Amino acid sequence: MGKQTGLYARHRAAGAKLVDFGGWDMPLHYGSQIDEHHAVRQRAGVFDVSHMTVVDISGAGSRAWLRYLLANDVDRLQSQGKGLYSCMLNPAGGVVDDLIVYWQGDEDYRMVVNAATRDADLQWMESSVKDYTVNLRERADLAMLAVQGPQAREAAAAFLPGEIGDAALALGAFESLERDGIFIARTGYTGEDGWEILLEQSAAERMWDQLLQAGVQPCGLGARDTLRLEAGLNLYGQDMTMNTSPLESNLGWTIAWDPADRDFIGRFALAEQRASGVGRQLKGLLLDGRGVMRAGQAVRTNSGEGQITSGGFSPTMQRSIALARLPADAAGHCEVQIRDKFVPAHIVKVPFVRNGQIKTDIHKPIE
Amino acid sequence: MSEIPDNLLYTDDHEWLRLEDDGSVTVGISDHAQQALGELVFVEVPELGASFTEGDACAVVESVKAASDIYCPVAGTVSAVNEALADEPELVNGSPYEDGWVFRLQPEDATVLDDLMDAEAYGRHLAALED
Repeated sequence: MGKQTGLYARHRAAGAKLVDFGGWDMPLHYGSQIDEHHAVRQRAGVFDVSHMTVVDISGAGSRAWLRYLLANDVDRLQSQGKGLYSCMLNPAGGVVDDLIVYWQGDEDYRMVVNAATRDADLQWMESSVKDYTVNLRERADLAMLAVQGPQAREAAAAFLPGEIGDAALALGAFESLERDGIFIARTGYTGEDGWEILLEQSAAERMWDQLLQAGVQPCGLGARDTLRLEAGLNLYGQDMTMNTSPLESNLGWTIAWDPADRDFIGRFALAEQRASGVGRQLKGLLLDGRGVMRAGQAVRTNSGEGQITSGGFSPTMQRSIALARLPADAAGHCEVQIRDKFVPAHIVKVPFVRNGQIKTDIHKPIE
Repeated sequence: MSEIPDNLLYTDDHEWLRLEDDGSVTVGISDHAQQALGELVFVEVPELGASFTEGDACAVVESVKAASDIYCPVAGTVSAVNEALADEPELVNGSPYEDGWVFRLQPEDATVLDDLMDAEAYGRHLAALED
């Protein structure tokens, strides 16, 4: 048996099918992951993501350390509560993890990293923190709910103390607030509007019950995966790893090259890769006909071969979509090997879907 | 618990067969199989008239999580396919033994059906898998 979040009994009671995820027993779905997917695109869903790792960073050296640790630059955080998406790199420029870091004023930051990479991340941070005056405090005591969908914020605000609800509704994208032990950020992993809420266990249980009672759909990891794939958001360990750089992962925009004298881990290797040319890139694929693309399948393009890193069936588009690492100049038509057949597909820009709208041109319907 | 109708035959690989009056057999996947696969999003049925020997991968069901082959339970020629599955693969989830049938075969030798499991034997097979 794996680790359980504080909402485990509620997941069981709601009929969740539970699966192991990074050592945690987590809900895969509560009956239909396709219905859960549509609920988030059209209305509101709630995910228990308490398995994610939250680390509070404090001490006089916090800012300087984060500017060394992360490929993005926390100096871009100009207002208190603002969050920043970044990769944490190894010296070869490979991705140790992707994360969001929030500035909470002065030298205080809060970082949210992946659950499956917790041990490696904490070890990596500890090993790089030596020369800095920094305190790291893991917040395993906090639960985390992601409420996502066009109606999610309104639905959740109803169960926050009035003043906090109003302040939270005023947050812009990637902004957060913390008040009375509740942390709310306007972030997510679905391509829809919504909040990620950190709060203590009993408050999380109360809010979970209230949200479900209000008709918000409980959603599992299955829907989370199809939603993030439609949104063109990378999954660590699949679309990017220790062996791929952000430049090869559609994440060049998360590297803060300026100021040029900021030394961050992996900078030298990234700069070399940029100068010599990035050979591979993560791109979207849309299958022309019926069938389902899956991770690991080979892709043939006019510029050479590649491989699918994440694939599946898009409930919104009603056809198969994928992310694939391909030769950087590959474009247009390609072929995907599904079992023993090469099946036609097209290379497209991501996201496939954002805020309920299909963003990819579908040239022809499936016959 | 999954449903196991008495009037059908079953394979180790969780296909079911129904002997029809005209000597053909209808093939689908069991309730246990559809539950294990999860929601189906695509079914590739065999071609009409195609011949298979026992154990050939002759159809594919793809769920939200994975692809799975359907193996031809007895040698024969495909005499009908369930075309409704092209637009409604979820019929297999909702009605695995009726509307979610996959294809129909004219078996080369109907006596081989005697080697398949009846409902009781398939029930024991499932119980053994769960141990």
